[in-house]
Amino acid sequence: MYEFVTGPLAWLSFAIFFIGLIVRIGLYIRGLDWRLDRVTYGENVSYGIKGALRSILFWLFPYGTHSWRNNPWFTLWVFVMHIGLLLTPVFLLGHNILLKERWGISLWALPESVADGFTVIVILAVIFLVLRRIALPEVRLITTAYDYLLLLIAVAPFITGFLAYHRTPDYYFWLIAHIICGEIFLMAIPLTKLSHFILFFLSRAQLGMDYGIKRGGMKGKGLAW
Amino acid sequence: MPEGKLCNKKPVNTKEELQALLTDKSGKQYYEEMNHLDVDRKALWGTIQKSFKSRLKTWLEICSHCGLCGEACFYYLANNKDPRQVPSYKIQQTLGKIIKRKGDVENAFMQECMDTSYAKCTCCTRCGVYCPFGIDTGIMFSYLRGLLFSQGFVPWEMKIGSGMHRIYRAQMDVTVEDWVDTCEWMAEEYEDDWPGLTIPVDKQNADIMYTVNAREPKHYPEDIAEAAILFHVAGENWTVPSEGWEETSLAMFGGDWEACKLQVESVYAAMDRLKPKRMVVTECGHAYRATVIEGPYWAGLKSGKTPVESLHYVEWVAEALRTGKLKIDPSKKIKEPVTYQDSCNYVRNAGLGDIAREIMSYIAEDFREMSPCREHNFCCGGGGGLNGIGRYREQRNIGLKVKRDQILATGAKLVIAPCHNCWDAIRDLEEIYKIGIRWSFLKPLLINMIEVPEELKPKEE
Ligand code: SF4
Ligand code: SF4
Ligand code: SF4
Repeated sequence: MYEFVTGPLAWLSFAIFFIGLIVRIGLYIRGLDWRLDRVTYGENVSYGIKGALRSILFWLFPYGTHSWRNNPWFTLWVFVMHIGLLLTPVFLLGHNILLKERWGISLWALPESVADGFTVIVILAVIFLVLRRIALPEVRLITTAYDYLLLLIAVAPFITGFLAYHRTPDYYFWLIAHIICGEIFLMAIPLTKLSHFILFFLSRAQLGMDYGIKRGGMKGKGLAW
Repeated sequence: MPEGKLCNKKPVNTKEELQALLTDKSGKQYYEEMNHLDVDRKALWGTIQKSFKSRLKTWLEICSHCGLCGEACFYYLANNKDPRQVPSYKIQQTLGKIIKRKGDVENAFMQECMDTSYAKCTCCTRCGVYCPFGIDTGIMFSYLRGLLFSQGFVPWEMKIGSGMHRIYRAQMDVTVEDWVDTCEWMAEEYEDDWPGLTIPVDKQNADIMYTVNAREPKHYPEDIAEAAILFHVAGENWTVPSEGWEETSLAMFGGDWEACKLQVESVYAAMDRLKPKRMVVTECGHAYRATVIEGPYWAGLKSGKTPVESLHYVEWVAEALRTGKLKIDPSKKIKEPVTYQDSCNYVRNAGLGDIAREIMSYIAEDFREMSPCREHNFCCGGGGGLNGIGRYREQRNIGLKVKRDQILATGAKLVIAPCHNCWDAIRDLEEIYKIGIRWSFLKPLLINMIEVPEELKPKEE
């Protein structure tokens, strides 16, 4: 089982992850249309680039925009969660040992205690986001089962990994569960709306170009996001 | 009865059809017929497949239902934070469902979509500025209005408006003769007070081609006279075109993209014909948005720009004050607290926030900002055509509360609103809520404040 999930299944999930993302990017860009979107993507390019970068960068920093500042707790947990989701798997010591064994490459690794801390924080962040979905009427109304499923897909590798790392009696079970959950997460990124992994950047760039080229970017200082 | 006599999928192209609609007081028969209008599902889905591309698709798809857009929407705030007013909810329940069902929707649902896309969204695009993914629900509602128009689900007044543009190239039945006569009449009317005042029509190669909102020749001709006086005092070499003088676009509010194109092309044709150096648009927000910001795209101009450089009136005013073409008499500056209504259309959607502040710095001693302001300002409540739609009067009036409270918080009793729609909305909010404010365009205020050179004053006899 271990061989299978860390072998062919791992290959498959990485392939779906990378190819899926490339397809997403390709489809998005192919579907842009200057007349329908009413943005001259190919003209006034320097304004477009400036608008796109501003639109991405302000939102990439916690409290960088009005909206982030208006919602301090949400912003805190969303950023903590995303940082944990990105850094922990990539820089986990265990993953890097595996990488070295299989493909002969490895990255710098986080100290184990730090990774463990991140894991707990990600789990707490997800709990916060779930409670928020339930508590706030304006969020509850628009939340669907799909939204909870995505949170589950994202947090599952962390819960299982935590249990495996702490050598619970069923270590082997949790290890396999962890690997499978991680692979599901990877595959889900391009296949579900977790595709915001990449579409966040594309969509933000698009609106940034819209504002940068057409909606005032050439006259004002640029939108104060 | 699938297609009504008045309410149908065909846009209005003749005076007879237009007259029939106008005779139907407040659209009684029109809305009755709408109850029986069939949805052409194949055509609807066909249009969607051609126009629903990655930008919109991604917006609908990746919305994480975080709800941040809620508090960005003035309707949400005005309706006691009703969750059903969250932009994400509004769009998922309408456009979202049409897409999910591949256009397989019923009459009642289409009417619901129409009610939501007009009475719950003014397309002010504020929510897009507050969404982490840059999901611009205002743009999506505008797209939805286009789909609804193509199926005949459009408020009575907007159907009339689009017909007006198609027939008269103006949002009201103002013909070329009416317009030119009004200009002549105004020039004569004010000539005694302003010797030498003219309103030059169709002058070639002028520095400025001035264009207006059809309401001005129709209901507020003094506005044209005031513009003329200010150009006259500033010593501008200006003109108005006999054709292509109308900047507004009820067609844009109504989602009649074909009429949008016809309308802006008439203005661009005037530019080609008269070869002015620049065009200046009157104090109207959506007119500027339509003709200067969006228009080039409707007309297929690859540069995304109008054939000649185009300014909103506030840009011209700021320039005239900056360069000294117009001088303010310091003793006549506005002394009382005064605030400024940032129009979504030329501030959030065209970047003119600084220009407005510059003007205020020349003319006001106690300028009070609304909070929020500039590109974050709330819609006045009357945008997206809402001021003019009887069916949604009640919802509009509730929406006005946000602007009312914003104005009250400044303590100012005078609101400068250089946008026809904002001006109307603020007038109406005073009428309804009686908070004791006055409101004004820039032109009449400026005329009372400027220093008039001796040679331009009437000679005492
Ligand atoms: S802010 Fe954006 S992502 Fe969040 S619910 Fe609104 S539209 Fe969706
Ligand atoms: S565009 Fe304006 S009115 Fe429409 S949903 Fe967004 S914030 Fe509300
Ligand atoms: S009427 Fe004025 S405030 Fe309202 S949407 Fe239009 S420009 Fe904005």
